[in-house]
Amino acid sequence: MTSNTRAPVMVAMSGGVDSSVAAALLRDDGYEVVGVTLRLWGGESDTGCCAVSDVDDARRVADSLGIEHHVFNLGDDFERDVVAPYVADHAMGRTPNPCVECNRHLKFHRLRNRAAALGYDRIATGHHARIVERPDGTRRIARALDTAKDQSYVLHMLDQVQMAGLLLPIGDLTKDEVRRHAAAIGLRTANKPDSQDVCFITRARGREDFLGQRMALTPGRVVDASGVEVGTVDAVELVTIGQRRGLALAGGAAPRYAVDVDMPTATVTVGSAGDLLTDETLVDGCTWTGTSTSFPPVNLSVQTSAHGAAEPATLVGELNQLTVQWAQPHRRVAPGQSVVFYEADEVVGGATAC
Amino acid sequence: MLPWLTDHPGNPSGGHAAARAARRAIDDARDYVATLVGCEPGEVVFTSGGTEADNLAVDGVVRATSGLPVCSAAEHPAVLAPVNDAGGIVIPTNVGGCIDLEALAVVLDSVDDVCIVSTMAVNNETGVVTDLEAVADVIAQYAPQALLHSDAVQAAAWMDLPKSAHRAELVSVTGHKFGGPKGAGALIVRAGVSLDPVIRGGGQERERRSGTQNVPAIVGLGEAARLVVLEREAMIQRVGALRDRLEEGLLAKIVGVNRTIPNGFARTPGVSHVCFEGIESEELLFLLEREGIAASSASSCASGAQEPSHVLAAMGIDRVTASGSLRLSLGHASSDTDVDHALVAIPPAVEHLRDHARSVQSQ
Repeated sequence: MTSNTRAPVMVAMSGGVDSSVAAALLRDDGYEVVGVTLRLWGGESDTGCCAVSDVDDARRVADSLGIEHHVFNLGDDFERDVVAPYVADHAMGRTPNPCVECNRHLKFHRLRNRAAALGYDRIATGHHARIVERPDGTRRIARALDTAKDQSYVLHMLDQVQMAGLLLPIGDLTKDEVRRHAAAIGLRTANKPDSQDVCFITRARGREDFLGQRMALTPGRVVDASGVEVGTVDAVELVTIGQRRGLALAGGAAPRYAVDVDMPTATVTVGSAGDLLTDETLVDGCTWTGTSTSFPPVNLSVQTSAHGAAEPATLVGELNQLTVQWAQPHRRVAPGQSVVFYEADEVVGGATAC
Repeated sequence: MLPWLTDHPGNPSGGHAAARAARRAIDDARDYVATLVGCEPGEVVFTSGGTEADNLAVDGVVRATSGLPVCSAAEHPAVLAPVNDAGGIVIPTNVGGCIDLEALAVVLDSVDDVCIVSTMAVNNETGVVTDLEAVADVIAQYAPQALLHSDAVQAAAWMDLPKSAHRAELVSVTGHKFGGPKGAGALIVRAGVSLDPVIRGGGQERERRSGTQNVPAIVGLGEAARLVVLEREAMIQRVGALRDRLEEGLLAKIVGVNRTIPNGFARTPGVSHVCFEGIESEELLFLLEREGIAASSASSCASGAQEPSHVLAAMGIDRVTASGSLRLSLGHASSDTDVDHALVAIPPAVEHLRDHARSVQSQ
């Protein structure tokens, strides 16, 4: 692709196989590639302080690809825009999605601006998603070819300017193809396991330990629909709507789920799977990709978790305060979770569950 | 160094001829380091570098005395970490980044089991010089039992240590800061100091640091020490003039740039530390690397990322100002051409980043 020759692109390299291959593909396409790893979290992690072994992997992959590699310390931004809101959300009994906030504030805002300042009008990431161009020249994030690995959900907040300056080189590859390509060109990350969970919370210590060091955790009562106490929890702030485990319920009965959390009285209400269903979900903080010709969009499906299925629904209300009306009863969505609007396989917008 | 990597394999602790040759080589190096710092050769304990020397000073004295260590907030992490681990006391600095003598006096007067006060002769980030005589006076007045340790890693190339550090009972140096190889340094432990070893084993270095000596690196350290004593005066004159021209040029060509160390504080010639308003030095470093200028802002962590400077924080410089800091180091290889190049490359890079920051803000 000679048209790309020397066009500069800054690749966000996490040290994983996806962004390694993304960098390799861009280099092979003739781009002038510089690799950048964001040093976001300075504390303990599953891969050592500052995730140092991931940074080492990214650096060594860049070395083997013959591209420059830099580390940017955005730790203060990460603390302010991701970690502190994560803690504050939990303190309000919400279930935040820190990866979405990291994309919104760090990768696609802070890094993008920095790249532009340094002469890189485009950035690239190793997300499994695609950018599709529509007849009118606008763009949308679309699901990855590998739907099992699709990450369009966590990219829902991108606007037209951000998408115009973004390349997603592996969106047309399956994960197997990504790994095979990495192995074929001898990348050390070819067999590295996928990252899991929240990067600043270690598997060994867990979420409760992390939050317990930053906020007061409130013991709570667990009651059934009639108000009878059936158990206790150590921290109501950690209970997520739909949660089944960890509610200290006596065994034997049919499965019971957290269907409501009342923070002021520190009370968790449990109920059956049926009690968990709802006809509508209130959302706010909406973002739109800027391509829909009509509002509200029609033929929508709505996805409420990173790897959940999108379900048909309609949107009613104002632009920023909407109600998702489900075509079929839907599991309640934990407040704080991202709610993403799709037309077929393409993202048209997103919001946060209230 | 090379012959000691190839032709002379002897272990200095052995008894045969090859061993004796190695022994002689490190004893010569010991003489040169002793001359550099101003001590007896027998007071030189070779280590793997400055970090180990600092650790040994703090931990060794704490173990030997069971007392409390004290250091300044601007110390190198190699001092801060063992002081904190031992439950020690960290003394604030003044606005220049030197240990606050009044605060030190208050601590030494009120805590009676302080065993060691550690403060660096020259700060590794800013180049500010601490008056060790004045620190020693405070110790003598308020805590005569306490030892003075000085990390002189940055000072060795620029300061006459036999004069400036003669009252420090413990002094750390490392070779690669004055032309020697990485991986060899020394802790000076003056006679009469009680210090327990940290690395234990075969009893090398007079029982103070076990482990077979790194002969080639120590030979290199010694040779560098020998040369720095001979060449220091000329270096100070030459590099000092370069640094002043660089700094005055930057201040003249760029608005909103300030020397980090306030006027009135002594600095070594080897570093120019400035803060640019309205930019982030991580971005400036990226652009300067493209121009062939290798600079730094604070210090790097294990991941290679620039860390916010604890030294600038200790000086009371806020985080936003500190994020625009730039440290330009000069040494024996620096030339007028380098300064010319820096003065051509840095001003437009700073202006470019400021323009971009303004355009982002106005969006």
